Amino acid sequence: MSATGMASTHGIAWGRRLVIALPYLWLLLFFAAPFLIVAAISLGENTPDTVPPVTLTGSGKTYVQLFADALYPAAYLNSLRIAAIATLATLLIGYPMAYAIARAPAGWRGPLLMAVILPFWTSFLIRIYAWMGILSENGLLNQFLRGSGLVADPGTILGTEWAIYLGIAYAYLPFMVLPLYAVLEKLDVSLLEAAADLGARPWRAFLTVTLPLSLPGIVGGCLLVFIPAVGEFVIPDLLGGTETLMIGKVLWDEFFSNSDWPMASAVAMAMLVVLVIPIVLFQRARAREMARG
Amino acid sequence: MSGRTPRLLLAALAFGYAFLYVPILTLIIYSFNESRLVTVWGGFSFKWWGELLRNDTMLDAALLSFQIALVNACVATVLGTMAGFALARYPRFIGRTAFTGLIAAPLVMPEVIMGIATLLLFVALDQLFHWPERGFTTIAVAHITFSVAYVAVVVQSRLADFDRAVEEAAMDLGARPSTVFRTITLPLIAPALVSGWLLAFTLSMDDLILTQFVAGPQSQTLPMLIYSSVRLGVSPQINVLATIIVTVVAVAIIIAGWLMNRTRRRQMREAQAVR
Repeated sequence: MSATGMASTHGIAWGRRLVIALPYLWLLLFFAAPFLIVAAISLGENTPDTVPPVTLTGSGKTYVQLFADALYPAAYLNSLRIAAIATLATLLIGYPMAYAIARAPAGWRGPLLMAVILPFWTSFLIRIYAWMGILSENGLLNQFLRGSGLVADPGTILGTEWAIYLGIAYAYLPFMVLPLYAVLEKLDVSLLEAAADLGARPWRAFLTVTLPLSLPGIVGGCLLVFIPAVGEFVIPDLLGGTETLMIGKVLWDEFFSNSDWPMASAVAMAMLVVLVIPIVLFQRARAREMARG
Repeated sequence: MSGRTPRLLLAALAFGYAFLYVPILTLIIYSFNESRLVTVWGGFSFKWWGELLRNDTMLDAALLSFQIALVNACVATVLGTMAGFALARYPRFIGRTAFTGLIAAPLVMPEVIMGIATLLLFVALDQLFHWPERGFTTIAVAHITFSVAYVAVVVQSRLADFDRAVEEAAMDLGARPSTVFRTITLPLIAPALVSGWLLAFTLSMDDLILTQFVAGPQSQTLPMLIYSSVRLGVSPQINVLATIIVTVVAVAIIIAGWLMNRTRRRQMREAQAVR
């Protein structure tokens, strides 16, 4: 190899190292390392008179409290339940949409998909705020129900768990539709035709061909909705009632209202333990997708 | 397929889009409401538009959010493109699995966890080095961290989509890697860079939770202000703000879509001309 050849291979190696190292170091420092600090603080004690209000003791008292106080386990279970129901609701709304878009004429798919994503580009907070005006006691929904004479005394959805399901399904719908569309669009229509030729009714063909083949999209979409929904704060805070117990809200209150940093850190660590399996599943699914290209 | 299926699908689509857009429409309609009550129609008026434009706190918050979003989008696009390139083009390097994890996790990690973690890091750094002061810097760094992951995913999927043969041909003809990147790869992934930049900008403009944790007492971004005002109850000024945001986003997306379409057509024409 000539001298210039050597220099350029050397250049490639350095360029390559830089391209990998820069984002790698950034994420290690600002995304991964903080979790070590959270772990350390969660073992400390709350000392309101110091700045910051923590003393590192390594006692683990916070974790004893986390399990002894019924509030925390109840909040975790409640969050998992609410996130699971909301994810299912999102799937039920998102799947038919993704399917319909994937079966639309080719020229329509882009704009239809864009229309699903467009709300995501506007403010999340404001979209949740919109539901406050719709679901409140004298909100637009109740005005409509009373005015149309359908229901005389409709009751109030705002402040109930139903409002939270609605809010999550609404806010996270694009995250469900996109991965579903990606698999449904690639689906080989001739398989469905073959099933029909062999005498399968459309529903049977859907259940035995389409649904299993779209499973990667279902798993991907559900994880994209479920994981952040477990730790959701804004939606239960604005749409749920004061008695709605979700772990993201508990963490927020421990930190901002009680200034109890060790407890808030312990809540975060425990949430991470609960979510580590779905997060690893999500990462694996993405890696498989990458490998397929 | 039976005749019923398309009708069912049309109904599903109509329901889905109504679900997505009716709430946004109600916001826009009620921004022109005379009444202070957001849900009672009191006649058409630009009253709240005037109030919002005279609201200096709101304008300051919007300006701060805009500046942070600008810095975030530029830095995150550079770092995210590097990360996306590494994922798509370097199948083997030490710590690659951990790297894919570092890109995937921020996409789904609940923000309250990232918020407390990032803040505790800044507090620790401040204790050790008396840096950074909480405010613009800490908010921007926190936003860049999760924006990098989104940009990386967009860039990586674009790189996975196109044919490597062109790059390889250029290398075989003796072009340096940096030249290949500048003259071939970069133009091909340009649409991904634009979407990535816009995505990072939007995510930053919109972020509440992470920002609330790391902002410190001095700075207030637009989402922080919206949140504190919404918590006190519905306010017509927020409807006006919503209308402005929706309009800006819709116009930006239509222009971006039109530009990308035009670029694609031009590339296709050029490709045909070469043939």
